Amino acid sequence: MSGFFKELGKNKVLFFMILPTLLFFVTFSYIPMVGVYYAFTNYSFDGGLFGSPFVGMQNFKFLFESGVLLQLTKNTVLYNLAFIFLGNILQLVCAVFLSEMVGKWFRKTTQSVMFLPFFISFVLVGAFVYNLFNFETGAVNALLRQLGLQPYDFYMNTTPWIYIIIFFNIWKGLGYGTVIYLAAIMGISDEYHEAAKIDGANIFKRIRYITIPMLKPTFILLILLALGGILKGQFDLFWQVVGNNGMLYETTDIIDTYVYRSLAINFDIGMGTAAGLYQSFFGFALVITVNWIVRKVQKDYALF
Amino acid sequence: MRAERSTIVFNIIGYIVITIFTVLCALPFWLIISGSLSAENDIIRDGFKLIPQNFSIDAYKSVFQNPEQIFTAYRVTILLTLGGTALGLFLTSMAGYVLSRKDFKYRDSLAFFIYFTTLFSGGLIPWYILIVNYLDWKDNFLALLIPGLMSAWNIILMKNFMKSIPESITESAKIDGAGEFTIYLKLILPLATPGLATIGLFLGLSYWNDWFAANMFITTESKYPLQFLLYKILASAAVLKTDIAGNLGPDFKPPAETLKMAVAIIVTGPIVFLYPFVQRYFVKGLTIGAVKG
Repeated sequence: MSGFFKELGKNKVLFFMILPTLLFFVTFSYIPMVGVYYAFTNYSFDGGLFGSPFVGMQNFKFLFESGVLLQLTKNTVLYNLAFIFLGNILQLVCAVFLSEMVGKWFRKTTQSVMFLPFFISFVLVGAFVYNLFNFETGAVNALLRQLGLQPYDFYMNTTPWIYIIIFFNIWKGLGYGTVIYLAAIMGISDEYHEAAKIDGANIFKRIRYITIPMLKPTFILLILLALGGILKGQFDLFWQVVGNNGMLYETTDIIDTYVYRSLAINFDIGMGTAAGLYQSFFGFALVITVNWIVRKVQKDYALF
Repeated sequence: MRAERSTIVFNIIGYIVITIFTVLCALPFWLIISGSLSAENDIIRDGFKLIPQNFSIDAYKSVFQNPEQIFTAYRVTILLTLGGTALGLFLTSMAGYVLSRKDFKYRDSLAFFIYFTTLFSGGLIPWYILIVNYLDWKDNFLALLIPGLMSAWNIILMKNFMKSIPESITESAKIDGAGEFTIYLKLILPLATPGLATIGLFLGLSYWNDWFAANMFITTESKYPLQFLLYKILASAAVLKTDIAGNLGPDFKPPAETLKMAVAIIVTGPIVFLYPFVQRYFVKGLTIGAVKG
């Protein structure tokens, strides 16, 4: 302890410089951790943190036995798997094509357009969804009517939303991921390609046997790290695309939307906190596992 | 040198694939612009189209006839974005600098203290109850400003940027008798501009695009930031106050559908406008930061 005070005396100013940051994380991250206690209570607004009746594991038991938890976990994990794998593959494909492209103007323009969705808000994604899919005036139904077909009520059908959500997730992240993969491609030495050219390898062979294998570590790493967050849902995306639509819960409800509804709509604090704690707890276990694997594969890239 | 046939084939496939992706990325934007420039009656009758049947700027006119609401929201968002970005950058860069100092004994434990918050959290509900019940920030701008100031990722990224600044600079300044804070302010910050630009952009974007905090905490309409106002208008929960209806005949319908699209454009405009300038910085910063996250 005296070592601590000695250090404090020596680096007083440095301590003061990082103090606001530490206070910030204590307030907004560590103090709320105490609140996971709500998960074991039947929370009432009068009772508050310690005055609400303690119910043990009852909330978890309900979530588990009613099948809610299974459904939420399934949706969250499956969506994330689709986002991660489809997203990374498409980003990789775009990066490979762009890196070989000769027309500089074309490359710059297309890359800028593909990166644009990253910068806009999810509310605008909500505006797109409204513009495209609303029953009366949506662009898709406008097209169907023009072709003399029956309009389609998207809000009465669960299946299309799976594809709509996946589409907009990939749409939003495509440019960002492409930049990351392009940077990795630029890091590959030209010598390999030159040598392969002299040996008579055509462009397909060079991509297949040089670029792809060289990108494999980046690809695997990005996938692995993303898998660590597979229980975390993108609330912004799901809420803006689907909103609070009971008809569509079956295929579009994820842990994060459930927690939000418990808080803002159903006022079921205990149940919502329980679902959130379940997500945090297993998410934590998952990151630890993934990090352990990354450590085995490539020590340098482990998170900790 | 003549290009090989396989190269030509490859590039043709490349151009086709990239063109398709680009069109898909641009299409939703195009539809919104087209919708905002259409006549309301066409939209009511036929729905949104790729090309306006009858070109009309009525939607924009009615927004700007009574622009009070939009301007108020603009003011809220601009102030939050400027204040949040400046304060966030200041705190993040100080933390990043301290954590990058090799002679600071507790840097690893403190870095882990910050990093741990990305691994485990109490979840949304305890966080919400803290802010509303204990900090008492319901309907308060502080709830929009403070919780978004810092993130563990930004601090780690900043720390990595700071690490690339040679230690000898700090050391020699200390020998010359400069104080720690002066070193940070006068020597380190100017050298850390690429890092500051990248993280400043991240922060600026997250404040500009934020609707979630307002959705959670703000109840007074005059305190709505831009994106939340758009969200409310899209959900038809808030009606843009226009006096256009009062001035015209009884069977005149104020533009609702096209108006939603016009508001979407007005709210997003500055980002798209600034985009060409910031994108370059962003790509550069990302490529530096991505080498080791």
